[in-house]
Amino acid sequence: MATVNIDLHHSVEEHVHHHDEHEHHHESFIRKYIFSEDHKVIAKQFLFTGIFWAIIGGLLSIIFRLQLGFPEANLEFLRPILGDWITAQGKLDQNFYLALVTMHGTIMVFFVLTAGLSGTFSNFLIPLQIGARDMASGFLNMLSYWFFFLSSVVMFISLFIETGPASGGWVVYPPLSALPQAMPGSGLGMTLWLISMSLFIVSSLLGGINYITTVINLRTEGMSFSKLPLTIWAFFLTAVLGLLSFPVLFAAALLLIFDRSFGTSFYLSEIYINGEALHNVGGSPVLYQHLFWFLGHPEVYIVMLPGLGITSEIIATNSRKPIFGYRAMIGSLLGITFLAFIVWAHHMFVSGMNPFLGTIFMFLTLIIAVPSAVKVFNYLATLWRGNIVFTPAMLFSIGLVSLFITGGVTGIALGNSAVDIQLHDTYYVVAHFHLVMGAASFFGMVAGIYHWFPKMFGRMMNEKLGYVHFWITFIGVYMVFFPMHYLGIAGFPRRYYSWTNFNAFDSFADLNAFISTAAIITMAAQLIFLFNFFYSIFRGRLAPANPWRSNTLEWTTPRFPGHGNWPGKIPTVYRWPYDYSKPGAKEDYIPQHIPYSETPESNLPHENELIALEKEFAK
Amino acid sequence: MTGLLVLTGSILLVAAFALIYRILTLIEIAKGRQDYQPGGNSHAINGVLFILFFIVGFGLFFWYSGKAAENFLPEAASEHGKLTDRLFWITTGITFVVFFLTHALLFLSPYFFRYRKDRKALWWPDNTKLEVAWTVVPAIVLTILILGGWWIWRDVTAPAPDNSLEVEIVGKQFNWMVRYGGKDGKIGKHNFRKIDATNQLGMDFAADKSNFDDFVPREIHLPKGRSVLLKIRARDVLHSVFLPHFRVKMDAVPGMPTSFWFTPTKTTEEMRRELNDPNFNYELACTEICGQGHFAMRMVVVVSEPEEFEKWYASQEPWAKQNADYIASLNLENSKELAALFNQK
Ligand code: HEM
Ligand SMILES: [Cu+2]
Ligand SMILES: [Cu+2]
Repeated sequence: MATVNIDLHHSVEEHVHHHDEHEHHHESFIRKYIFSEDHKVIAKQFLFTGIFWAIIGGLLSIIFRLQLGFPEANLEFLRPILGDWITAQGKLDQNFYLALVTMHGTIMVFFVLTAGLSGTFSNFLIPLQIGARDMASGFLNMLSYWFFFLSSVVMFISLFIETGPASGGWVVYPPLSALPQAMPGSGLGMTLWLISMSLFIVSSLLGGINYITTVINLRTEGMSFSKLPLTIWAFFLTAVLGLLSFPVLFAAALLLIFDRSFGTSFYLSEIYINGEALHNVGGSPVLYQHLFWFLGHPEVYIVMLPGLGITSEIIATNSRKPIFGYRAMIGSLLGITFLAFIVWAHHMFVSGMNPFLGTIFMFLTLIIAVPSAVKVFNYLATLWRGNIVFTPAMLFSIGLVSLFITGGVTGIALGNSAVDIQLHDTYYVVAHFHLVMGAASFFGMVAGIYHWFPKMFGRMMNEKLGYVHFWITFIGVYMVFFPMHYLGIAGFPRRYYSWTNFNAFDSFADLNAFISTAAIITMAAQLIFLFNFFYSIFRGRLAPANPWRSNTLEWTTPRFPGHGNWPGKIPTVYRWPYDYSKPGAKEDYIPQHIPYSETPESNLPHENELIALEKEFAK
Repeated sequence: MTGLLVLTGSILLVAAFALIYRILTLIEIAKGRQDYQPGGNSHAINGVLFILFFIVGFGLFFWYSGKAAENFLPEAASEHGKLTDRLFWITTGITFVVFFLTHALLFLSPYFFRYRKDRKALWWPDNTKLEVAWTVVPAIVLTILILGGWWIWRDVTAPAPDNSLEVEIVGKQFNWMVRYGGKDGKIGKHNFRKIDATNQLGMDFAADKSNFDDFVPREIHLPKGRSVLLKIRARDVLHSVFLPHFRVKMDAVPGMPTSFWFTPTKTTEEMRRELNDPNFNYELACTEICGQGHFAMRMVVVVSEPEEFEKWYASQEPWAKQNADYIASLNLENSKELAALFNQK
């Protein structure tokens, strides 16, 4: 224990020192904006890359939605972009359809909602909200971004190769993904996918180690874990999830690489394909699924927890109320983090694994619904009798809660193995996870951008455009994903190029057209956001110091914080971050760095006792 | 053409937005910049919009759910399917209540508790009783649902009854193959190394005599009212057997045989009458991505009365008989006698 303490002080001091030294140097453009070690710059790098990927991922989905919504349409006009992926009849190539689905999933889950979301907000907010000058290791942080960048480059290149990118679904189950003869995308495209994802995992681990270390070691004076904003709790636990589960994906990918390139048989057994019996025996495709979902399920929470953290902060601030049940919120985050590791096989109820395992995982899965429900109830209680300020960030946060509920309740049907027999791999699952994970985390990300834009760029985004953006997006997202429940209940399987081969699925053509139209409109509405975002970076109104009248520490920094964040001493923290509308207080918020000795009018009895302790701190 | 439309549409949209933006900014400038107030004077509007969203949203939901139900799958045509369907609708009912109530709170609160200068929010950091209540109540409800599911799952995944009809289903890129045990009812052993262009199933005639009477029809035929055990395997990549009308799904895995048993409860004819659709057929689909032709792996399933089924079964010609040349080419020691033995009617 003692040694830990010593180390801790050591590193803090070293850091401050290091920082002072820096200020005297003039940083070159390259060091400042490209190979930067400043967490705020790195956060923006993640954000811009994430936005780039979101645009690509979105466009891919529009192309395959055209196929699903308008199967008769002539897509000849896409030939200039897609070349021979448009067949002579003006149709989308069937293999390319699968490539689009696969790339869309991979890009959205990993590049946008993992790197884009955690990378941006963990990086940006952890040091600012815990009161640190930077991440524990600026260098590793920089490496984390550049590994992500490399990974992005490789994945991007794979979009343009002749045999097409990986096409076996974002889960890339072998043998399909292991055998180049099974589909064109399993050739070079799959190799690049594996390389890219390996780099991605390295990036994610470097980032995660840093987030964890920083939160544990670099909190400013007074910032105990029980005073941490829920955002930080969420980012911290997200990093823990990633750190423990991404290595397993790495192992899975590595074994897949062996099977593909070195003739091993981890996942392959008794295969006859293209007129040839392969030599592989003894492997198991189900092994891959276990390894994949051991990451895959935590991954969905890696994607979701930051959004929930961001929302907690925004809802409390804009309801002008303490978050309801702060401790219960932390408890449920911890519960989710733990349970997220032991529910993975609910993705495999009908994979052929032992049905007894199915039973166990059904029980564990439905337990995880409890902390998720608790979070929702706490949000509702926070809104109750608040004084709700409708900033765009707040609207998106309310939207997130709605999407989280709508997507969450279907999880209860899916988690029941007996019910899942029918629903598995149908559009019901697509509806479930797009609402609960895709749309909800996306809303979290957008809410975060609206809320912290003033801190990131020193300027304000336009609110009215924000409202228009929100309402079109919110309605649009429901129009796109809600109808998919009906398709799923009607049995429509996912990853189908067309359903008309089957009598059973030869209905709902109009609904599919409707979904595709809604998707196009919703995508188009994102242009409003992009315009607002880029315009405001340069032309937005200058931001006041604390535009949302918020309690957390980031708003005590200057409008354009330099490397090191606070020009002087880092503020000391005296109270939790949710002293909103405290009875007796002059204002409806009391920031974390205001000591109790300055607020005798609003202190609760036990807080008055803390005043004596504060004197200690001051020394 | 569509492309042009989409393009002009989006250009128009962008232009419209740009225009709106300019106007808004101009108005703001004209009004003069007062002190910045987050949310400005949009509180009532946004609050009302949430209420509208709630009402219109649920209105659409009720209206369309009724309409959509016409296209849902007909009532389950298997015994376990009726149970899982019931559990699904019970779960949906319970979760719908939660879904509705939480949304009522979520979408009504914003209007009633919207920002007003003279109001102050309630200081209400926690309430242990409430917290406990909304932890325990969902836990209990979930437990009940799980137990219901467990009870069904246990039966569905229990070993098939002894007298089940065994049917082998094999997935390959990109079609299904099915095989019956023939006269002896036993499905012969296979070996993936024996697969070739003729012997697509890899029946191992040298290792297992019971292959000789097996037959390989083009459609799946099942008797009503008798349990059927599907023995599922895959030749190349993962596939998944999906019989939507019977609520059956199980992956087909290369190198790892899987199985699923169920009892059909309605013949194809009965279903045709019930749906008033003379063209109705039960279908087998693939629900595990397997490549280019994944969406086209269709096979027709015919359920008939047991007597009719027996007649059909008896009329099927063994594969070995249809492919006598192939059998001869195997040069099995006693292939001629065996073939003769099993081919007798
Ligand atoms: C109420 C809690 C939840 C339960 C009980 C639950 C249950 C399930 C189950 C059983 C499946 C597998 C369905 C199938 O493939 O047949 C599933 C799929 C999925 N869930 Fe959830 N879920 C819950 C919440 C979440 C959350 C919070 C997220 C994301 C943040 C999420 C993301 C996903 C994803 C991405 C898939 C599909 C993966 C795929 O097959 O491609 N779920 N969920
Ligand atoms: Cu999961
Ligand atoms: Cu398939």
